[in-house]
Amino acid sequence: MTALAACPGCAAAPAARALAGGGEAACDEARKILLSLPNVTCAGCIAGAEAALSAVPGVADARVNLSLKRATIRAAADVTPEALIDALGAAGHKAMRLDEASLAEGADDPEGRALLIALGVSGFAMMNVMLLSVSVWSGAEAATRDFLHWVSAAIALPVVAFAARPFFRNALAALSAGRLNMDVPISLAIVLAALMSLYETWMSGRHAYFDAALSLTFFLLLGRYLDHRTRASARSAARELTALEAPTAMRLGTGGAAEEVAVAALAVGDLIRLAPGMRAPVDGVVETGVTDFDRSPLTGESAPVAARPGDPISAGEMNLTGAVELRVTAVGEDSSLRRMADLVAAAERGRGRYASLADRAARLYAPGVHLLALVAFIGWMAAAGDARFAMNVAVAVLIITCPCALGLAAPAVATSAAGRLFRRGVLLKSGTALERLAEVDLVVFDKTGTVTTGAPLLMGGAGRDELALAAGLAAGSAHPYARALARAAETAGVAPAAVAELREVPGAGVEGRFKGRAVRLGRAEWLGAEDGEGGATWLDDGRAAPRRFAFEDEYREGAAALVAALKADGIETRLLSGDGDAAVARAVAALGFDEGVARADPEAKLKLVEALAAEGRRVLMIGDGLNDTGALAAAHVSVAPGSALDAARVASDIVVLNGDLSTLAGAFATARSARRRILENFGIAGAYNLVAVPIALAGFATPLIAALAMSASSITVSLNAVRLR
Amino acid sequence: MQILVFLIPVSLILGAIGVAAFLWAVKNKQFDDLEGDGARVLIDREPD
Repeated sequence: MTALAACPGCAAAPAARALAGGGEAACDEARKILLSLPNVTCAGCIAGAEAALSAVPGVADARVNLSLKRATIRAAADVTPEALIDALGAAGHKAMRLDEASLAEGADDPEGRALLIALGVSGFAMMNVMLLSVSVWSGAEAATRDFLHWVSAAIALPVVAFAARPFFRNALAALSAGRLNMDVPISLAIVLAALMSLYETWMSGRHAYFDAALSLTFFLLLGRYLDHRTRASARSAARELTALEAPTAMRLGTGGAAEEVAVAALAVGDLIRLAPGMRAPVDGVVETGVTDFDRSPLTGESAPVAARPGDPISAGEMNLTGAVELRVTAVGEDSSLRRMADLVAAAERGRGRYASLADRAARLYAPGVHLLALVAFIGWMAAAGDARFAMNVAVAVLIITCPCALGLAAPAVATSAAGRLFRRGVLLKSGTALERLAEVDLVVFDKTGTVTTGAPLLMGGAGRDELALAAGLAAGSAHPYARALARAAETAGVAPAAVAELREVPGAGVEGRFKGRAVRLGRAEWLGAEDGEGGATWLDDGRAAPRRFAFEDEYREGAAALVAALKADGIETRLLSGDGDAAVARAVAALGFDEGVARADPEAKLKLVEALAAEGRRVLMIGDGLNDTGALAAAHVSVAPGSALDAARVASDIVVLNGDLSTLAGAFATARSARRRILENFGIAGAYNLVAVPIALAGFATPLIAALAMSASSITVSLNAVRLR
Repeated sequence: MQILVFLIPVSLILGAIGVAAFLWAVKNKQFDDLEGDGARVLIDREPD
């Protein structure tokens, strides 16, 4: 019976066992629930959240992880995530459900743990061998020196064989593919230093480089671990975003009973119910019910569209006003969602692999180092004819030129910058996103949902009485225009009129009775009016001809500030929208874009970004909708607001979690200073080499000089990285 | 220099203890939530 191993939580879950009737059956029924707790920041929050969770009946164990802002709950099978979210909400904590399945892969990080262990082992070994080396440097002679060298060898050789494996593996992989990477000179230096030192010890030589072999391993593993941490946190951030949208649908059975099923389980011909506020999970046709759909994520149109039985609905559209039943017409491969995903995949293949600064530096550096060591060996062979001495010089050159700064400097800067941006609400999903952001010279914005909030704003000019009546009617609907009217009345200090018998007519508007007259608010066709360009709703007060209320887009906080900041930096800005000419022209004028393009469908957006890239422009694309995903994937670097659709966030490199776009201006500054810091670090490392390499070439290098040069340059570049503002 | 006969084994044993403690800590997931464990010290009574 493997129940214990399969369910470690049961060891600490007597409550779950008792609830489920005792015995091992409880193990199979106990479930693990993951919740995201974005606002947990302090010790008090941990205690409060854990107490609130533990108080829910059936919860066996609740543990909050502050670094991941995530709670792991082990509970009986009948405990629902919703009940836990409600319990947390009552205690004042915002919580969101995470999909366990999307987080399960790579939940614990064996590679990171292996690197950490290798780092620890090499660190301790380095310290011990350094201590022994200090005795040698301070003048141990003859038998004592040989003894100290042998002890060092006994520590260093097994540790190098164990801890430096990541470098050996990568170097072998590169060599067998006929390439040179950073790990080839690293592995060569470590292996040659260890073997040469062993030979010297055997021959009772004066110099052994065991400490150098170990400190090389240690410093480079440190860089490798930081690099891994940055990548892993980027990956888990991406996974967490996916996990936030647990994809389920309400399927209606033959008897009319509804059951919650995973979207993947839906088949063509199934009937699903879509309540107001829900997004269509698949393509379908409206079977019964009338409503309005928000299509902006797919097309960029900001005005909602009415849907009646027989109208086709695409996955990703949001139901606004009435409950409808959809007959599924396409799932998986054939759905419009998948066609968008194919667009993204095609664009990503075009983007290719971006070579980071460190990669590009290594491409120049690796052959140079090998050549230098070879020249030193041949030169000293020709000059002195002593193979042992020539080999010693070559090893010293390899050790001193070993790319500690390249291996440590770039990851240290990236870790420091990513942490800084995360605290400001900017999430980096890709390890090289920051470097690419620093190179951008043109920014393309999507309109609806990106520079606008997606919520409409009433244009001025309405009389107080009209507004009061309209707001009174608007109280009966959750339609965006109705909410905009209510907000406008509130800002203008107009009290909504008391309208009786309020009734929402989905897909049409709201009707009611005011001072004995039938009054209506809604679509032009419903009220028998002729509608013009732009988003509008009409009011029929039962006396005069219908009155028009026009709406414009509400711009997102910080959008104008971001455009102004980009302009000040000399970066060109463009607006690229699927919306009509008038709305785009208004946005260009209001926010100060250099140029605007209207009525662009997904393919047109992708083509435009690709054309700009072909001209050699480094394009940053900011978008939130399904219609932007192709362009997001094709751009040099891409950003999605946190409110964006899952597919758009997946296609982007950077996600701005708070609603304020102007944080992105700060991210630009951080990206540029990170790039500057990395280049500075290369310069510092180069300067150390400039001094130390001639000494090594001349044959004056000792293990002491090598250790000093290496440690000093590694520590300098790390400190320079931490200095990042 | 006879003292080395003691000192070197002593330093090696201390080093080995350090490595063992570190390995134990990594395997026990002591590094999984650095911020949280720092904050937990301030909670009066662990709800356990």
